[in-house]
Parts: sequence; structure tokens; C-alpha cells
Amino acid sequence: MLNDFINQFWPSTVGGLTVGAIYALIALGYTMVYGVLRLINFAHSEIFMIGTVAALFTVTEIFTVTSPYTGFAMIGMLLLIMAVAMAASGGAAVLLEVVAYRPLRKKGASRLAALISAIGASFFLQELFALQVIPNLFDRPEGRNQVGVPRIVERDKLFEIFGATVRLDHVIVIIAAVVMMVLLDQFVNRTKVGRGIRATAQDPETAVLMGVNIDTIVRTTFLLGGAMAGVAAVLYVVEFELTVYNVGFVLGVKAFTAAVLGGIGNLRGALLGGFALGLIENWGAIFFGSEWKDVIAFTVLVVILMFRPTGILGESLQQARA
Amino acid sequence: MSAVLALGAGACGGDDGGSGGDTLNIGFMGDLTGPDSAIVIPPFNGAQLAIDQYNATNPKKKVKLIRYDTQGKENQAAALAPKAIKDDKIVAMIGPAFSGESKAANGILDKGKVPSITPSATNPDLSKAGHKFWHRLVATDQAQGTGIAEALIKAKSPKKAYVINGKKAYSIGIGDFAFQAFKAKGIDTQRDQIDETASDFSSTVTKVVAAKPDVIFYGGYYSEGGKLLKQLRDGGVTALFASGDGSLDAKLVEAAGAKQAENALLGCPCFIPFGEQTDPTLVKFVSDYKAKVNANPAIYSTEGYDAATAFIAAIKGGNETGEKINDFLKTYDTKGVSKQVKWGPEGELAETTIHLYQVQDGAIKWLGKSDEAKPKG
Amino acid sequence: MNLKQTLSARSGVSDRIRDWWAGAPMWTRWLVYLLLLLFVVFVLPTEGVASIMSPQTDWITTLWDPIGIYILLALGLNIVVGQAGLLDLGFVAFFAIGAYSVGVLGREGWPFWGTVVAALAIAAISGIVLGAPTLRLRGDYLAIVTLGFGEIIRIVARNTTYIGDSRGISDLPRPPSMFGLDFNDVLDASAFYYLIVAMIVLVIVISVRLNKSRVGRAWAAIREDEDAAELMGVPTFKFKLLAFFVGAMVGGLAGTGQMGGVQGYIQPENFPFILSATILVCVVFGGSGNIPGVILGAFIIAWLPERFRFLDDYRYMLFGAVLVIMMIVRPEGLLPSRQRKAEMQEGTGGMGSMGAEVATPTTAAPEVGGK
Repeated sequence: MLNDFINQFWPSTVGGLTVGAIYALIALGYTMVYGVLRLINFAHSEIFMIGTVAALFTVTEIFTVTSPYTGFAMIGMLLLIMAVAMAASGGAAVLLEVVAYRPLRKKGASRLAALISAIGASFFLQELFALQVIPNLFDRPEGRNQVGVPRIVERDKLFEIFGATVRLDHVIVIIAAVVMMVLLDQFVNRTKVGRGIRATAQDPETAVLMGVNIDTIVRTTFLLGGAMAGVAAVLYVVEFELTVYNVGFVLGVKAFTAAVLGGIGNLRGALLGGFALGLIENWGAIFFGSEWKDVIAFTVLVVILMFRPTGILGESLQQARA
Repeated sequence: MSAVLALGAGACGGDDGGSGGDTLNIGFMGDLTGPDSAIVIPPFNGAQLAIDQYNATNPKKKVKLIRYDTQGKENQAAALAPKAIKDDKIVAMIGPAFSGESKAANGILDKGKVPSITPSATNPDLSKAGHKFWHRLVATDQAQGTGIAEALIKAKSPKKAYVINGKKAYSIGIGDFAFQAFKAKGIDTQRDQIDETASDFSSTVTKVVAAKPDVIFYGGYYSEGGKLLKQLRDGGVTALFASGDGSLDAKLVEAAGAKQAENALLGCPCFIPFGEQTDPTLVKFVSDYKAKVNANPAIYSTEGYDAATAFIAAIKGGNETGEKINDFLKTYDTKGVSKQVKWGPEGELAETTIHLYQVQDGAIKWLGKSDEAKPKG
Repeated sequence: MNLKQTLSARSGVSDRIRDWWAGAPMWTRWLVYLLLLLFVVFVLPTEGVASIMSPQTDWITTLWDPIGIYILLALGLNIVVGQAGLLDLGFVAFFAIGAYSVGVLGREGWPFWGTVVAALAIAAISGIVLGAPTLRLRGDYLAIVTLGFGEIIRIVARNTTYIGDSRGISDLPRPPSMFGLDFNDVLDASAFYYLIVAMIVLVIVISVRLNKSRVGRAWAAIREDEDAAELMGVPTFKFKLLAFFVGAMVGGLAGTGQMGGVQGYIQPENFPFILSATILVCVVFGGSGNIPGVILGAFIIAWLPERFRFLDDYRYMLFGAVLVIMMIVRPEGLLPSRQRKAEMQEGTGGMGSMGAEVATPTTAAPEVGGK
């Protein structure tokens, strides 16, 4: 058993960091919306799903990619797909806010009502994509089947660490996630809009008195969270090369767990929580078998919350400092 | 989309309920709109094709196929079955498609004296409930898992084997039996199980890389099998990959990628007409199916067709009640499009042959029966 | 906005009915209860109703499962969410524990009623086991922990060979025949229907008694402002734990009801997270905290997809859209409790409001009828 752990530790670490990077990017959306609205945006997983479909559309319908790209062509292609997916996911997130949450906000409805509205929106979007969007966009009559995505990044071995192979796709996913997160962190901490977001998260009443336009702030929050889900979607498509109408569901639950683990409302917490969750799952699987991954993840969550009731970093968005 | 919807609308449009006059009702029960509908719609299409062809001959008694969509849920199967028996007065049932809903509905169908043929439920326990009206057109997980493992042993004489399976009832069953079959021959066998809903199987890949097996058996459906196979190959695993009927679908190759799927070995107690056919019955089946559904025959299409054909044969013979149709099935012995259709006393197929298929040049090819086939790779 | 006007008009009518009800003498109330019960026992399951309510599935089976089961689960969750104000996203765990207790003990040869008693005890204990370490967490942390608990239970059931793994447990014990009800007739679910009606009545009585007692007042205090309640000397932790305890027991009871069912079969996939979410939808859709509302909500949520079966796939898309519209038009649910309405008017709705919601000139005052 210990021997297995030593043999499999580094390969598991590489796998855990890769999937953790995707968790972290999705977790950002949960964490930002939670920070500002105190709302579990249950439909965020569908925002992610929309990003994967947009990425697939770009790859197969706009560019008809048939073989992997290399060098600058690859980077350019990736940036292009990201732009499309970020626009699609960000736009969808803003639309979701306008349709499903803003009316409730204006009425002063309870967060519970907003949660139900989110669940409803999630149902609606999944079914809409299974029944109409995926069949029509890709000419696939069976819209509930998963759709494969052509390979964009070749599985080239770059180097080894302690016997574990690190491939190009791993490096791209991890680096892209960290870069996006640093950019977002800087945006929230350095810009005027970012200050507005932090002020609203801290105290909405005072923020309004100080001249912050709440609606703009909420819209920006959804836009940013959605765009991060779009980046996550592209990285997911690069790494796992598929999408399906309910692809967001499991990842969404995991990402939300990651957000809570790191400290919900905290951007750096989302990063930490995502990577931690990916690593814990993969390390735990060495001992217990892959079928116990989710149990391991949730058990660790409960244990950590018992000792740190607000997550590992515990801070919230309003207190995040540069 | 439109084809499936049109079929659905056609099948459930009339709400007159109840057989009578010159129409007899046959049910089809399974997950037609839920998450696993991709493995239930092909047999439904097969059954609908058989019935449409029969009705087109203007018989004295026409047959109507009624959809009972369970979404794969047992409670839906339990709520639909009494309705089918009492109100729609079905004389026969194709399905339920999965083992779970079969456990929920078989007792009800048996009590209602409705003969059933499942095209796809493979749990070995189903025949042990003592139901007299139940039949199935596929081999059990046990026959299949054991059969494929033995074929692998024969072809590759492996020293080390690795069994991976998903967590659906079918997947875990077939994985168990393959694992036991390897162990029984004294082969050093390790095992890992994956959650179908996950996308990242890197922990499983890591384990397989460390174990360095000669052959890998995967128990589960093609959508997860494809993802797994791709990640295994990308992770540098070159051992022969074999799986059962749940993975026998062109979508396995699509999900894994043609390069990664090359030489994947697939066993099935069924015969699926992949590629060019020579047998004239099959040529006709494939072209009719394509014309009707606008897609190639897929998993369990032929079983769905054969199940409907068996019931139609009974009705042609003047059997118009459930009991009479059930008696007719006892003597039925016909070469269908999927296999020789003949049942033993418990409702299991009298004879099951495992056929082997292999992915070659990106397409699934039939190799032959499992004891004769010579797989590459 | 026509829909909105119609709905507010209807709420005017319902207000009048409620005023009358509040002032009605005891015998009138009992008469109404009796009439309702007679309706449920003698009218609801009949053929005439069936052809209108459920043209495509067996009505009596549908009344038992999903409708009866959903009502029972929603009543249980209502104690946790509606009365004590704790967000539980993993309620299905107790349902599963109840069902599996009956299944496993029944396989060991226990009689049906013995397994039910044990199932209730096991479910209640798991409520404590889950609650004791986690109830100190606030709001959404509790939500994710309960969600995790629900998933843990399902996955453990799926991965454990002793309790049948993914292949589940068949031939669950059935209740012995009583009052002329035969629980062995798989073609007729009416015996199970009456059993679940009896269970629902029992749970309603317990819920009402609790709500009118000191316990109910303590829950209301915790729901509205936990810190204030603690300061006023309410032992909040104890009462929150009690809510989990009672809720878990009701969830377990629903599990035993499903267990002894016509199918006689359970498997882990009967207990997915999405069922927890659906039951929460039932509670909020009907009117969190108000028992008639919760029953109505559960009935509608369980029944609509069956009634609109002919829409095939599209019914779930519409279901999602209906949820969103309903929450926009009537966020407090179909039949909210008056107390909760008052809480909403204060802007907290009992479960806190969304963060960035501020009374600005553009923010219309919540339209609420009543006092």
C-alpha cells in the first residue's frame, strides 16, 4: 500500500493539479456571486456547459480543426477559442442574472427563493441544450449523447518530475488557470470597478450611499464569473475533449465544494480550494480506489470545516487585499 | 432529433387506450428521454421498424407500439406497468430496458400475464425470480464477463490483467465476473472502479501504468469507456483493451479517438451489423433501419427488432392474448437479425454465443465467434 | 403582468379564507379535517379522478409514489428548512437510510414493522451524527456539508457489496395484511396508498403539535435571528439538533414507505442529489413553513411531470421555466405562512436576503397582502 503511494504519488499530483485548475476556475464564479449576493448560483454549472459548447462550436463549425496545432498557431487558436467561450459564458451569466435573479432582488425575495430560481434555470438550460441547441448546432439527432471535440493540443511529453510524465496539455491548463486567476485578482483589487465589487460585498447599503451602482456591480460580477467559467470550459475541452448537456453538473458540485473549502467569497481561496480538492481526490484514490474519490473529497470538506468553519483561508471577498 | 421525435409522436399520439377491434397493443418500456436514453432509443427504433413493416402488409390485426418512458427510474416503471396492463391492455412488452426497472416491473407484468422480452437487461438475477412471462434476448453479465475474459486469456496468454469497471449495475456486474474469471485461471489481476459521471480518470490511468498489465478489461458503457480508453492511451498504456456489449458502439471510437481506439477488442453476446454485410437479411435490415431512423443500427437495435419480430410472429399465428403469446414463445426458434432466437425454460436464451469485434482502421469490424477469432495487437 | 394580477387576486381570496379559518370554531375545523380525509380516502383514488389527473400512468401508483413520497419528504424537510430555517441540500440521505435499513434488516429476517422501528431509530441517529458536528456552521456552509452527506450516503451504498452495491436489494419485506388491505398485490397499489396517507396524517399531527409548542417558537426565533435568539436564552444548538432529529426521522419514515412498495426493490440511484433539490423545490414552491402549502407544492411538483407526460422531453424544460417564473411572481410560494410573509416584509424572509439588495427608489416595496 505504502509502496503504491510512493509509486503513484507524483503522477497523481500532476493529474490532481490539472483537474484542480479547472475546479478552481469554476469555483471563482461561485465565490464572486456568493461574495456579492450571498447566493449559491446553482446555474453556474450550466454557464460552464455553455462555454464548452461554444468552444466546440468554434473548433468544429467555425474552424473545422482536424489536427492538433503547434507553437504560436496553437496559442493563437487557444486564445481565440477562449475569447469566444468567455463571451458566450459571460453573456449567458449576465442574461441569467437579468432574467432569473434581478426580479427577485428587486422584490427583496429570500435567498431560498433565489436558490429555487437558480435550480429552475439550471433545469431549463440543460434541457434546452439537450433538446435544441446541441442537436441543431452540430446536426446530432441524439442530443443527450456526449459530443467529442477534436484534439487541439498534442499530448507531447515535456519533462518528468520524479518519474511522473508532464505533458504539454497539463502545463497549458495549469498555467492558463493561474494566469487568469492572477488577472482577476488584480482586477478586483486594483480597478475602480473592482473596488465597487469589494465595497458591495462588504456593505451594500453604504456602497449605494457612496455612489456605487449596485446593478452595474452585480452585472460585472456575473460577467467576470461567467468569463472565468468560459476559460475553464476551454481548458476542460482541451484536456478531456468532450462535452455533453449535463457536463457541468458534477464539476459544478465539485467546484462549489472547492469554493467552500478555500473559503467562499475569497478569490485566492477558490484557487487554493480547487487545487487542494483535485489533489486530495487523486491522492485518496491511490489508497481507496477511484470509486471513493467523491467520498474522500466531501469527508475532507467536513473535517476542515469543523476546524476552520469558514474554510481554509476564511477571508471573504470584501477583505481580500492586494 | 426530428426522426426520434416523429417516432415518439407517432407512437404516443393516439390516446384511445386499450386493444380492441383490429389493433393489438405492444408496449416498449425503458429510458426514452433520460440520461441513458442513448442505449434505449436504438432498440426502440428497431422494434418500431419491425412493427411498421408488419403493419405495412395490411394484416388482419395491426400492432401498435406504445412508449412507456421510465427515464430509467424504478418508480416510473412501477407506475407505468399497471397502467399498461389495466388500461392499455397490452398483450406483450418489449423491455424494461435496464435491470433496475426490470426488477421493479417484472413482477407486475408477470402478475398481469403479459409476456415480456427485454432487449438489454443483463443482470443474471432477473431469471431467478421465477417469473413465467419473462424473456431476454441478451446473455447475462456473467456469461459475457466470463466469456470475454476467457477469450482474452486464450488469445494473449496474459501474465497480468487489469479490470476496470464503472459503477452502474451492468458495469459492476460484468466487471465482477471478468475479475473472477481471470483470477480463476491464476492470473495476477488488479482492479479499479470509476465513477461514470467523472471526466478525469487520471488516478485510474496512474494505477494501470504502475501495474503494467498485459490485458485490460473494462466493464461499462461506451461513453465512459471512450473517455477512459483515450486517457489510458494518452497516458502511455499500450496493453490490449477489451470490453463488453455496453461499449460496442461506434461512439466508443468517436469518444476515444480513432488512433487511441485502434485494436480495442469488444465482445458481445449479440451480432451487430457493422460495415459491409453479405447476409441478405442483414443488408435489408441495415438499409431499412437507415431509411427509417436516418442513423446506423446501434447498440441493441437488432435485439429490439428481433423482440418485436417474435411477438409479431405470435400474433400472425393467431395468438392474441398474453398467455397464448407466451405459450407461442416457448416453441419459437428462428434466426433473427441479432442471433438465433430460442428460449430455455427460465426465459434465458437457450444458447449464447459471444462474438468478438475489433476496432481496425477506426471502424469496428466483426472478428468471429470468441473461440475462433484472432485479434490483432 | 396579467399573471401577477391574477395571482394577487387569488391571494386576496385566500386571505379571506384564512381570516375565516383563524376565527372558525373548533368543531368547524374538525369537520373540515374530516371532509378532507374522506376526500383523500374515497374520492381522490377513484377512476373518474384518475382519467383527468393521470391519463398515462397508473393513478393510484402515482399517488403513492411519487406524490405521497414527495409529500412525506417535503413535510420532513419543512421541519428543517421551513420551521427551523436550516438549509439542508442532502435530505435524501435520510430517505436512503430509512429505505436501506428496512432492506438490509428485512433480508436478515426481521418482520416489516420491526424494520420500520429500527429504520426510524437509525435515521434519527444519523440526523444527530450529521448535525452534531455541522450545525455550528452557518447557512451555506451547512448547505454544502449536507449536500456532501447525501452524496456520501449514496456512494457508500453504491460501493458496498454487503448492501448490494449498484445492483441494490430486491424482495424487500412487505407489511402484513391489515384492515383488509393486501400489500402483496403488485397490480394494485391502493394498500400502499392508504399506508402512506396514514403516515402523512401522522407527520402532519406531529408537525403541528411541535410548531405550536415551545419548540416551534424556538425554531421561529432561530430562523429569524439566531444571534438574538441565543442572547434571549434560547439554546439554539439544541433546538437546531432537534429539528435535524425530527426531520431525519420523517425522511426515514418516507424511506420505509418506499421500501415496502410495489416494486420491492431499491438501489443507490434512487437517492440522487437531484431528489434533495426537488424536495427543497416542493417546500419553497408551496410555501416554506406552511404545512398546507408544502403539501400542495409537493403534490404539484410530483404530479405535473406525470400529467404532462405527452410532452416527453420538453416537460422538464418547462418545469425549469415554471420554477423561475413562479419565484419571480410569487417568491414566498403558493401558500406562504403568514408569519413568513411578515418576516419577508421586514426584508429577511427568514433565511436572509440576498446581499446586494437595497431599498433604493427603483426597488419596489414587496407586495404583500395581509396584516
